[in-house]
Amino acid sequence: MIIDHPLLGPRDASEFTYLGDAALLDRPDTALLDFADGADGADRADGAAANAIRQFHDYLYLRDNIAGQTRELWFHEAGDGSWLVVTRDTVTHEIAKVEMARDVALAKKHNDEAK
Amino acid sequence: MRYNALQILVQAFRRNQGWERAWRDPEPQPYYDILIVGGGGHGLATAHYLAKVYGISNVAVLEKGWIGSGNVGRNTTIIRSNYLLPGNGPFYEFSLKLWESLEQDLNFNAMVSQRGILNLFHSDAQRDAFVRRGNAMLLAGADAVLLDASGVAKMYPQLDYENARFPIKGGLLQPRGGTVRHDAVAWGYARSADQHGVDIIQNCEVKGFTIENGVCSGVETSRGPIKASKIAVCVAGSSSRVMAAAGLRLPIESHVLQAFVSEGLKPLIPGVITFGAGHFYISQSDKGGLVFGGDIDGYNSYAQRGGLAVVEDVCEGGMALMPMIGRARLLRMWGGIMDMSMDGSPFIDKTSIDGLYFNGGWCYGGFKATPASGRCYAHLLATNEPHPLAGAYRLDRFLHGRMIDEKGAGAQPNLH
Amino acid sequence: MRGYEGDTLASALLANGERLIARSFKTHRPRGIFSAGSEEPNALVQLRRSAFTEPNTRATTTQLYNGLAASSQHHRGSLKYDLMAFMDLVSPLLSAGFYYKTFMWPKSFWESVYEPLIRAAAGLGRLSGAADPGLYDKGFLHCDILIIGAGPAGLAAALAAGRSGARVILADEDFSMGGRLNRDRYEIDGARAANWTAAALAELQSMDHVRLAPRTTVWGAFDHGIYGAVECVTDHLPAMPAKPINQDRDEDHDHDRDRDRSPSKTCKPRQILWRIYAQRTILCAGASERPIAFGNNDRPGIMLAGAVRSYVNRWGVAPGKHFAIFTNNDDGWRTAADLANRGVKVRAIIDSRDIAPPHSTGDAEIIMGGRIIDTKGRSGLRAITLANGQQIETDCLAVSGGWNPNVHLTCHHGSRPLWRDDICAFVPAPPLPAHTPARMVLAGAANGALTLYAALQQGHTAGAQQAQELGFTPTSSTAPRAQDEPAATSPFWHVTQSTKRAWLDLQNDVTVKDIALAYKEGYRSVEHVKRYTTLSMGTDQGKTANIPALAVLAKLAGTSIRDIGTTMYRPPFTPVTIGAFAGRARGTNFRPHCLPPSHDWARAQGAVFTQTGLWQRAQYYPRPGESHWRQTVDREVLQTRNSVGICDVSTLGKIDIQGDDAAQFINHIYCNAFGKLKIGKTRYGLMLREDGMVMDDGTTARLAQTHFIMTTTTANAAAVYRHLEFCRQCLWPDLSVHLTPVTEQWAQYAIAGPKARTLLQKIVDPAFELSNDAFPFMACAEITICGGITARLFRISFSGELAYELAAPARYGDALIRTLMSAGKDDGAAPYGTEALNVMRIEKGHAAGNELNGQTTAHNLGMGQMVSKKKDAIGIVLSRREELCRADALRLSGFIPKDRAQQLQAGAHFIAKGQEASTQQDQGWMSSTAYSPTLGHSIGLGFIRAGADRHGETVSAVDLLRGRSIDVEIVSPHFLDPQGERLHG
Repeated sequence: MIIDHPLLGPRDASEFTYLGDAALLDRPDTALLDFADGADGADRADGAAANAIRQFHDYLYLRDNIAGQTRELWFHEAGDGSWLVVTRDTVTHEIAKVEMARDVALAKKHNDEAK
Repeated sequence: MRYNALQILVQAFRRNQGWERAWRDPEPQPYYDILIVGGGGHGLATAHYLAKVYGISNVAVLEKGWIGSGNVGRNTTIIRSNYLLPGNGPFYEFSLKLWESLEQDLNFNAMVSQRGILNLFHSDAQRDAFVRRGNAMLLAGADAVLLDASGVAKMYPQLDYENARFPIKGGLLQPRGGTVRHDAVAWGYARSADQHGVDIIQNCEVKGFTIENGVCSGVETSRGPIKASKIAVCVAGSSSRVMAAAGLRLPIESHVLQAFVSEGLKPLIPGVITFGAGHFYISQSDKGGLVFGGDIDGYNSYAQRGGLAVVEDVCEGGMALMPMIGRARLLRMWGGIMDMSMDGSPFIDKTSIDGLYFNGGWCYGGFKATPASGRCYAHLLATNEPHPLAGAYRLDRFLHGRMIDEKGAGAQPNLH
Repeated sequence: MRGYEGDTLASALLANGERLIARSFKTHRPRGIFSAGSEEPNALVQLRRSAFTEPNTRATTTQLYNGLAASSQHHRGSLKYDLMAFMDLVSPLLSAGFYYKTFMWPKSFWESVYEPLIRAAAGLGRLSGAADPGLYDKGFLHCDILIIGAGPAGLAAALAAGRSGARVILADEDFSMGGRLNRDRYEIDGARAANWTAAALAELQSMDHVRLAPRTTVWGAFDHGIYGAVECVTDHLPAMPAKPINQDRDEDHDHDRDRDRSPSKTCKPRQILWRIYAQRTILCAGASERPIAFGNNDRPGIMLAGAVRSYVNRWGVAPGKHFAIFTNNDDGWRTAADLANRGVKVRAIIDSRDIAPPHSTGDAEIIMGGRIIDTKGRSGLRAITLANGQQIETDCLAVSGGWNPNVHLTCHHGSRPLWRDDICAFVPAPPLPAHTPARMVLAGAANGALTLYAALQQGHTAGAQQAQELGFTPTSSTAPRAQDEPAATSPFWHVTQSTKRAWLDLQNDVTVKDIALAYKEGYRSVEHVKRYTTLSMGTDQGKTANIPALAVLAKLAGTSIRDIGTTMYRPPFTPVTIGAFAGRARGTNFRPHCLPPSHDWARAQGAVFTQTGLWQRAQYYPRPGESHWRQTVDREVLQTRNSVGICDVSTLGKIDIQGDDAAQFINHIYCNAFGKLKIGKTRYGLMLREDGMVMDDGTTARLAQTHFIMTTTTANAAAVYRHLEFCRQCLWPDLSVHLTPVTEQWAQYAIAGPKARTLLQKIVDPAFELSNDAFPFMACAEITICGGITARLFRISFSGELAYELAAPARYGDALIRTLMSAGKDDGAAPYGTEALNVMRIEKGHAAGNELNGQTTAHNLGMGQMVSKKKDAIGIVLSRREELCRADALRLSGFIPKDRAQQLQAGAHFIAKGQEASTQQDQGWMSSTAYSPTLGHSIGLGFIRAGADRHGETVSAVDLLRGRSIDVEIVSPHFLDPQGERLHG
C-alpha cells in the first residue's frame, strides 16, 4: 500500500506501524473521574469505579471492525514520527483520506469544548 | 458407506462407479434445535460432536459458500499444544488428543501426522521463556523436550549454524505436534455429521437474526427464514460482521495472514520448525510442497490478500534459518482473514442475547483447535454450561481483568 | 548434445530427438514436452548440479547455455524404466481422494508404515540440502506506465506511450521479446512481422525513458499500483561471473570476514526482485492454449498446436516426422499450414466441428467432426484411433482446444473474470470490475482480442490513452496494420466416446473420471473439485488444465462454465525463486547490526558479545586464565562491588522531552507520582499500558523547568517512543511538549562501586562538586568532563552500589570508555558486561525483561502501592480490575535453594510441597536466576501466588523439562543491602 502523508507525500506503507481504529483517539474523559480532587479510589462509590472500568473497557477492547471504509491510526515509524488518521477501505484497501492525527484530535477537542 | 481398503478394492473393480455422496445436499427445514452459522472446521466439528457425543442431531450447519472455504481450507495445517497459560494449555492438549483419534472417530483419513514441532531459541532469555513454557506443557499433560544447539543440529543438520545473524542456541520440541491435511478435516467432520443426521446446507448466507425481547429465535438467510432454539455463530474472520447483525460489538479485529507453498520437492524437512529470530515457520506436506508462513500483515483487512513486504520478510526469515531453500520456488500464496482477539485467545461463550452463542477470536491458531473447539462448543450448546477446559474463553474476561495473553502484547490484536 | 544460441532446453531436446523427458506425479506415466512456454506441465528437469541444482525447472523456458546440465527427476531407476511405473497399473485404486478413505487401520500404521511410504513418493525434484550459493538482489522501479507482456499488443502500447514521453517499463518473461510474433508467420504493415518487431524494439531501445525488461516476469499485482517482478539476470549464463563487485561492504564485522564465504560478495546476482511502482498498467499478457481431453491424451508427442508452431517457426525444429492435428478452432489450422509451409508431412487434420474445412492444406487428410478416442505408444506417441475406428500413424499430435486470455493479474485483487461465449474463454468484463488492480487496463489477447489486428489496435490505443490521461501528448502515429485472421472457435472440450482415461491435469494425473468421481461424491464447488482431485495444484498451476476441467464439471452439473465460475487466481503468475524474495537479507546480513559506542574497544579487550535485539552488547570480558564464563562474571561482579565497574548502557532508550507542559505530560505517562520532580533530580518511573499491565520502567531526570530526559529499557525503546507520541499527538494534542528520541545520540556508561566517585573525580571538570551532599543519590546535572566536553551525570544505580551514569555525545563514546578505564586503572576498575549486570540486578531484586514480559502488573511486581490513586495516567483505571488486584495474585519474590549448593534454573514452576505437579497446582514460575558471588549461592527471582506473605515457606521448584525438582525457600526479592546503604554512600 501507499499512504499519502499530508506533509511528506506518498510513502510505502512498510514505513508505518499500525495501531488500529481511530476510535482510540476518544479516550474516556478522566476529568469526570475525580482524580484531581484527591478522592481515593476506595472512597468512591463502587458504581463510579465500575463505570470507569466499563468505559475504559469499551474504549480499549471493543471494535466495530467494519468491512468497508474505516478510520485508523498509522504511525510513521521509519519517518517523521507523525501519527496519521487514514481513511481506508478494509475490503479494497483503497485510501480515501489521510490526516494528521494531532489535527483531528485538536479539532475534536475544540468540538467537545464547544459542546 | 464405510471407507476402508476393501471398499477401495471393491469400488476399483466397479470402475469407481459405486461411491456415494460424502454428505447430502438437503433443503433447509423451517426449524432446527440448533443452527450452526458457519460451515468451516469449527462449525462442522461442532455439528459432529453435538450429534455423536451429545445426541442432538436436529441440527443444521449454514454455510454462505462451500464448506471449508474459510481458514480451514487455507492454513499451514499445524497442530500442537505448546501453550503457556493455564487457560489455554489443557484445552489445546485436549484438542491434540482428539486429533490423535480423529480418523477412527470420523472414518475419514485426515492424515494426522505427528512428526514434531520445534520452536527454536536464539538467546538465554528466549530459552528461559521456553523452559517456562515447556514445563507448563508438561504440567498440562502435554509432551515437551528441550534441545540444545547440538540436539537441534542432529535433527536438522541443514539449518544455518555457521553464518547466522542470530545463532541457534536450542529449541523446544513437542514430538506430538505435527500437521493434518486441512481440507480433509472439514470434509471428514461434514461427512460424519451428515451420517448422524445433521443437515449441511451450502450456499446459504445468514443475513440477520430474529431477536425479540433479548431472545434470538432464528435467522434470516438467503434461502429464507429458519427458526431454531439455539443459534451458534462460528464464522472466524467474519465474526464482527455477523455479530453486528445482532447488535453486538466484539473484542476482535479482522487481519490478513498470508501463507505460502513451494513447488513439490523430495522430502527434506521431516517436522515443523519455527524460527525464533524472525517471522518464519515451515513444514513439508505429504505431497512435497514446503508450507510456510510468518506474521500477519498488521492492518485490518477483509481482502484475503496481503502485501509484498510481508512476503519478503517471511522469505528473509526462511533464508536466514535454512538457506538451502533458496532455489526452491514459491508456487502459491494466499491471505486469510484472521479473527484476532484482544489477548490472542479465543471465545466460546453465550452472548448477552438468549439463544445466541459465539465461538471465535481464534487469531491465526484456530486450525489446531478445531476438534476441541467443536467439542467444547457442542458442550456449551448442549448443556448451557461451559466445558471445563474452555471455561476461560469468556467474552467478559476483559471487563474483569482475566486476560489470557500468551505473548504479553496487550490489547492490540496485530501484536498477538 | 548440441543446440543453438536462442534455443531453449526444450527446443534443443526436440531437435535431438528426445521425447521422453519426465514422469507424471502420481502414476509415473511417461511425459514429453507439451508446450513452448511457462505453462508447461510436463517437461520439468533438475537443472545444474551440486549446490546450484534447481528442481522442477521447465525445459520450455530454460535458455540454453554452453555446458548446461540437466537431469530428469521423479523416477526410481532410469527414466525410461521407472520402477514406480507400476503405479499406473494400480491406478483404479488411486482414484481421486483415495487416501482419505484408507490407511486408517491399524491406527499405529499410519505413522509407521503408510505415511512414510506416501512421503517417500512425494515431490518431484530435489534440493541439494546445501546453502543456496546464489546471490539475489532487490530493487525498486518507478514508472508512468508498466506494460506487462511484449507481444504485439505490448509493443504497440509501448511505442504509443513511449513516443509521448511517458516513462515506460516493458516487461516480458521470455528472453526474446515479441510474444506470438516469434511463433507465427504474420505480416505487419505489409512486411514480415519479424522486421516490425526488430524495428519496434530498436526504437524503444533508443528511448531513454523506456526500460525494456526481458526475462522479467511480473508475477503479482499488489495494492496501489505496486507490482512484484523477478528478473532472471544470470540464469542463462554458463557460469557465474567471478568478478568481485562489492568488496568494500561489510568489512568491519569480524565475524563476516572469515565466515561469510558465500559467493554473494563476488557474483552478479542470479535474480533480482523488483518492486515496481506504476501510475498505470497495461496488461498485454497474451493467451495460453488449452488442450482437448481424450483417451490416453498424455503421451509424449502430444503437444499444444501453438507450441508446435513455436518449435517449427521460432527454433526450426520439427518435433516429429508424421504430424496430425486435432482442433476445435481455426487457429489449429495455422499449425497445419506452417508445417506444410516448412515441407513437413501432415497426415491428418481432425476438426471437431461439423463445418466445411476453413482451409485446404496440402495433402493432409481432413476429417471434419472427427474425434480421437485413444492413442498408442508406450513411451511416445505412435498412433491415434478415431471414434470411427480409423487408426492414423503419427508421432506428433498437435492439439488445440482454443485459447485462454492470461487474465491472472487482473484477479490478484479478488475480482473474477466473466465467461465470453464467442471465444469460449474467461475475460475481465468491461468495465473492469471492482477489486481489479487500480488503474489497470488490458489490450490484445489478454483482453479477449485474439487476432493480431485487434491486438495491435488495442495496444496502440491503450498506450496512447494512458499516456494522455497522465498528461503526456501522444504523437499522431497510427496503429500498425495487420490482417484480421480467422479465429473462430467452438466449445468442444472432451471426447465423451473415449472409454480410456482422458487427462486434464497432466502433471498431477487428474483425469475426466476423477472429476466425475469428485462430483459424484458431492465435491461439487470448483474449489472442492480442485482440492479433492488436486487439479491445478502442480507447478504449472493448472494453466492448461483448468478450463477443460471446468467444462467437464459444468457438463456433469448440467450447467455452463459461466455458472460454474472459476477458481481464484492468486500470485505468483509463475513460481518465483524463494531466494529472490530474501535478497541479501540472509546469513549475518539477515538484520542490521547495531553497535554501542564502546564496541571497538570491547572487541579489542576480547569481550564475548551477545545479541540484545539488534544490539550487539558485551556479555562479559574474559581475562587470561579464566576458563569458564562464570569465573569471569563472578570476578566482574565482585570487582564492581568491591572497587568499581564500568558498563556500556548506551542501548537504553533515551527520549528528550521539552516544553511548558512536559512535567504534566510525563505525569500522565507514568503511573507513579511524577508531578513534583525537582530540577536536578531523577526519579524511577513505572509505565503502564492502557490495559494496566506494566509496559516499561526507567528513570526520568529533570534537567530544567521544561526539560526532561526519560530512559527506557533497551528492548522497548522504539515502542515507548511510539506510545509517547501517540499520547502527545492523539490524546493530549493541546499540551505544549516535544519529544525527540536520542538513544543513539548519547553514549552512556554506568560507573558503579565504592570507588565510583573517586574515578569520576578524575574525569569530571573540577568546577563540579561530586560529594554526597552536593550530588546525592538520584541527583542529575549537565556538566563538563575532560576539559569542557558536554556531558550529563545521573546518580542512579541498577547494581545497588554507589553508582553514576555518565552520558556524553555519542562521538565521544569510544574516547570516553578508554579515558574511564585508564583513569580507573589504579582503583582496579573493571568493565562488566550484560551477565554481571544481570547478576547484580537480581541480587538487588530489580525486575528486567524476564519479569517485564507484558503479562505482569505493578501489583505482581510488588509495586502496587506506587500506582497513584490521585491522578489519571495511562493504565491506572484498568489496573483496578478485580482479577488484577486479587490478594493471592502472583507476587515477585526471591528464592534460594534449601540446599545452598544447588543451582536454580529459570523456567521452573512452583508447586506446593507434596502436591502433584499439574496445571491446577501450578503456583507460579522462576523468572530469573543467577549465581551470586556476593552471597556465595544461587538466587532466583520469580512470581508465586501471594508471595509477599509467604517468606520463609518452602516450595518445590519443578523443572520437569530438565528432570529437576528442588526445594526452594521464598524470601524477599532484595537479596543484598535491602536498606540501600551502599547506593546512598
